[in-house]
Amino acid sequence: MPMIYVDGQELEVVQGENILEACLNAGLDLPYFCWHPAMGSIGSCRQCAVVQYQNEEDTKGRIVMGCMTAVSEGARFSLKAENATEFREAVVESLMLNHPHDCPVCAEGGECHLQDMTVMVGHRDRRYTGKKNTYRNQYLGPLIHHEMNRCIACYRCERYYRDYAGGKDLGVQASHDHLYFGRHEEGVLESEFSGNLVEVCPTGVFTDKPFLKQYSRKWDLQSAPSICQGCAVGCNIAPGERYGKVKRVHNRYNNEVNGYFICDRGRFGSGYLNSDLRLDYAGIKNPDGSFFAVHQQQALDTAAGWMAGKKVAAIGSPRASIEANYLLRELVGAKNFASGFSDQEAELMASIANILQTTKAVNPSIKQIESADAVLILGEDVTNTAPRVALALRQSVRNKAFELAEQMELPAWQDAAVRNLAQDQRSPMTIVSAIDTRLDDVASICVSLAPDDIAAFGYAVAAALSGESTDNPQADAAAQMLKAAKNPLIVSGSSMAHQGVINSAVAVADALDKATSMLSFCVPECNSLGLALMVADGSGSSLSGLAKRASKLDALIILENDVYRRGDKSQIDQLLASGTKVITLDMVENSTLDQSDLVMAAASYAESQGTLVSSEGRAQRFYPVHSPAAERLPSWQWLLRLASVTGHKKLSKLQNFDQIVAACAESNPLFSGLLDVAPLNSFRDRGSKIPRQTHRYSGRTAMNSGVSVHEPQQPKDHESPLSYSMEGLNRDQPSSLMPFVWSPGWNSNQSLQKFQSEVDGPLKGGPSGVRLISSSLQGADISRQIDKVTLKAHQWHLVPMQQIHGSDELSAHTDEIAELAGRGFIAIGQKVAEKLAVTEGDGLLVKQGEIECSLEVRILSRVAKNCIGYSVGYLETQGLTAGSLVTLEADKSWQRSGPEMIASDKAAFEQVISDGGASNV
Amino acid sequence: MLSELRTMWEVLKHTFTKAETVQYPEEMPYLAPRYRGRIVLTRDPDGEERCVACNLCAAVCPVDCIALQKDTREDGTWYPEFFRINFSRCIMCGMCEEACPTYAIQLTPDFEMCEYDRQNMVYEKEHLLIDGVGKYPDYNFYRVSGMKTASKDKGEAINEARPIDTKSLLP
Repeated sequence: MPMIYVDGQELEVVQGENILEACLNAGLDLPYFCWHPAMGSIGSCRQCAVVQYQNEEDTKGRIVMGCMTAVSEGARFSLKAENATEFREAVVESLMLNHPHDCPVCAEGGECHLQDMTVMVGHRDRRYTGKKNTYRNQYLGPLIHHEMNRCIACYRCERYYRDYAGGKDLGVQASHDHLYFGRHEEGVLESEFSGNLVEVCPTGVFTDKPFLKQYSRKWDLQSAPSICQGCAVGCNIAPGERYGKVKRVHNRYNNEVNGYFICDRGRFGSGYLNSDLRLDYAGIKNPDGSFFAVHQQQALDTAAGWMAGKKVAAIGSPRASIEANYLLRELVGAKNFASGFSDQEAELMASIANILQTTKAVNPSIKQIESADAVLILGEDVTNTAPRVALALRQSVRNKAFELAEQMELPAWQDAAVRNLAQDQRSPMTIVSAIDTRLDDVASICVSLAPDDIAAFGYAVAAALSGESTDNPQADAAAQMLKAAKNPLIVSGSSMAHQGVINSAVAVADALDKATSMLSFCVPECNSLGLALMVADGSGSSLSGLAKRASKLDALIILENDVYRRGDKSQIDQLLASGTKVITLDMVENSTLDQSDLVMAAASYAESQGTLVSSEGRAQRFYPVHSPAAERLPSWQWLLRLASVTGHKKLSKLQNFDQIVAACAESNPLFSGLLDVAPLNSFRDRGSKIPRQTHRYSGRTAMNSGVSVHEPQQPKDHESPLSYSMEGLNRDQPSSLMPFVWSPGWNSNQSLQKFQSEVDGPLKGGPSGVRLISSSLQGADISRQIDKVTLKAHQWHLVPMQQIHGSDELSAHTDEIAELAGRGFIAIGQKVAEKLAVTEGDGLLVKQGEIECSLEVRILSRVAKNCIGYSVGYLETQGLTAGSLVTLEADKSWQRSGPEMIASDKAAFEQVISDGGASNV
Repeated sequence: MLSELRTMWEVLKHTFTKAETVQYPEEMPYLAPRYRGRIVLTRDPDGEERCVACNLCAAVCPVDCIALQKDTREDGTWYPEFFRINFSRCIMCGMCEEACPTYAIQLTPDFEMCEYDRQNMVYEKEHLLIDGVGKYPDYNFYRVSGMKTASKDKGEAINEARPIDTKSLLP
């Protein structure tokens, strides 16, 4: 490794990195704006200037940009040289010429990279007396607030949004000191990853709009390490709470999983936590159907009375933690435990869980997905089913560019040069799907096929890989592409609800027979895989099986699960309305709760701890951000107490969370890794717990004084090594216990680099999470049978379409997400639309057996023959089943919805009017 | 011996000097406007609340006795939804006044705040907000800030140029 000299100090640096990275790695504070570890250097802000000397005798040197200068053996630099410091100060001074006097009313204030850098370079007094440039703002949708005056033209937003996330509707306009970063006209940002602009922007141009409505400064937020519950990817997040409300969700760096970015569902989809639909108290149903609130103990005693000596069954949940599901399963016995998946989903998840343990291919982390140089996607719209994976797939097509750059000896961080070199050359990606996907723009081949044919296509690729001849040139091309790749990746998943698609993906992966080949499945919910592993022995009951013997049951316990989303209505009605006492634990009102006899108010993920298993098989722990409000209890505590009230032999011996984890790890060899997921409750750093609050946390003696001036003791957390306090150090602890990032002089999220062992590298606290399952050498044993469905005339194949906003049960209760989700819809191709004589926005009657839905029409560019898509998880499409055959006819009585005026639109609309026209500038 | 006599002389001498004792409360002492007493929230010259809920006073408060929550008016300007000072904790250090970027929070020469019940020492916004500008008659933060408000458009703040037309090619 080369040695360089910085201000006389000898530094051992990594070959190929730049001076900025080398300085940050060495712990030196060198200011920067435009450089970002995930996006490389473009040298546009001129902030990381250092002086480079020719040799030892050279005392004058010359100014170079740290981010654009590669290290070389024996090179000499100075950060402290007077001309370098003066230069850097001058740069900030000139950025400040037009920066508005906004800090007190800017949501970035207190975590602003521009503030930090200004202080770091020592700029204080404004000398320029001229006028400041101003800009008009744009309405960018319900998630992002735009305040263009604050821009310092670092280009980070544009580079992130277009180059990194593949967005098309945000860019830079005009020239010289008139640069404008925004859309061509006002409107909702299209990208599913727009929320990251908030963290990417070094100042307050793009801020979190929902957070702005209930804003608190970063230093006032109580944060905890958490795991996103929006989908199965398991992104690490850090939600922040104040005054009992979860105010915002920030990305929490995990080198192997989400890195620096999360999707908009993850960032903005937690608004339901503060919604009026949340349950605060346990309740028992009155004969008239209403509930009356009871104390926790009363609820437990009632439940115990219904359970004692009776036949009790239970339904688990793929959105509840491993621990809660484990307790429930032990409480009623494995035989009486239904996983809580729908029957269709249970089968798919069981097969995925089995495949992941038997296939030869590696189940990749997101970091590994980014390294793929050829991708085959079978039947999955990854952007909507596992959004963060889709962002990684977008990076994977750039491997071609990096390969070319390597040939030219161009460092990968020379972002503009690498992109210029590669132009439109990308690593190959083949997408086989029924309906167009959001990754189509980077795919080399897109094939539109019905689900059965997707499976057949997969088998054809597998056959081609094993040297057989196929009559499918596209499959041959896909096979060639995978064969030529170093790190081929196959992505599939359960969203098509088609076993054949999953099996064919495995067939391809196993036919590849490479140690580096990867196979990734998108699964539906945050703990789907964990639950599937738990019931992998097949001893449990299915939902329909439970419904059949419902009349024989005395009591049924349902854990955090709206079972009406899991099966058809008549079946669930039979299950819940058969005289069985139904005990439900949940946090948000839903149809299942309405049918229950006893409801226990469960704490949300922000109020409880637990372990989730991501689609990668990675078990990760989430911790409570604040203590449960009102009389809510974490589900695992409800169940533990219920076990003790009912005198359950095994469970009543368990006292705390760590013991549950230990018992759970012991119960199943697959779960033995759970013990290492996070430190035990007894973990202390220098004798203290890890503080959830920053050392500047304000208002402690006034927050509650409105109620009583006698200050209560801080809530105690008896179950985790984190405390609800500002005492202790947030430094050097294991990564799974990192509640927020902050370092002296670095108040913004850029302080993350002080927690990384090297720039863009793993955290100093080691890896976070444990992989429970790994691939094997035997290869998966799968059936290659496809039961082809024959369509009658005028029949269509119903293909499920997952939506990032709207398909997820809980996040859809968030106002902003609901606004973006819109209404349920049916998606058809142009030809079908012509045939049925409908246009976009018209209504279609969809008949599936006895179920009839009237849905809005969306016309898509790429729809497979005889297929139509429908939005999954929407109220309007409840009852429709994936894969079923339906008939269509135009709905004559359909009322087209006019452009809906929403509050935020209205403001923007009025602004446009007052500005005298549609011009936004 | 000499020392003792000298001491007695010094003490007795004070019999003939003017008494420093003030007959408080009948006689009120003079307190300068900069005296650090009861805290108030002031209004700008236009009569609007000056506080923009930036939270800097709360952050700087050494006894953490200020708590507030930001809210937004229809025109996008910030104001505190609630603003609470627990005077039973306040040490009248004046750091909040120094930190305030809008001259909203000011300390006044009033120290007579005793209460029989400690709960009455908790002041909410309606107790703190006065109908005046306090010590700084002219300042209005939103006239300087770049934000668009109900009373001024973009580019109309002090020292601001008209909004840029990004479609123009002129230099």
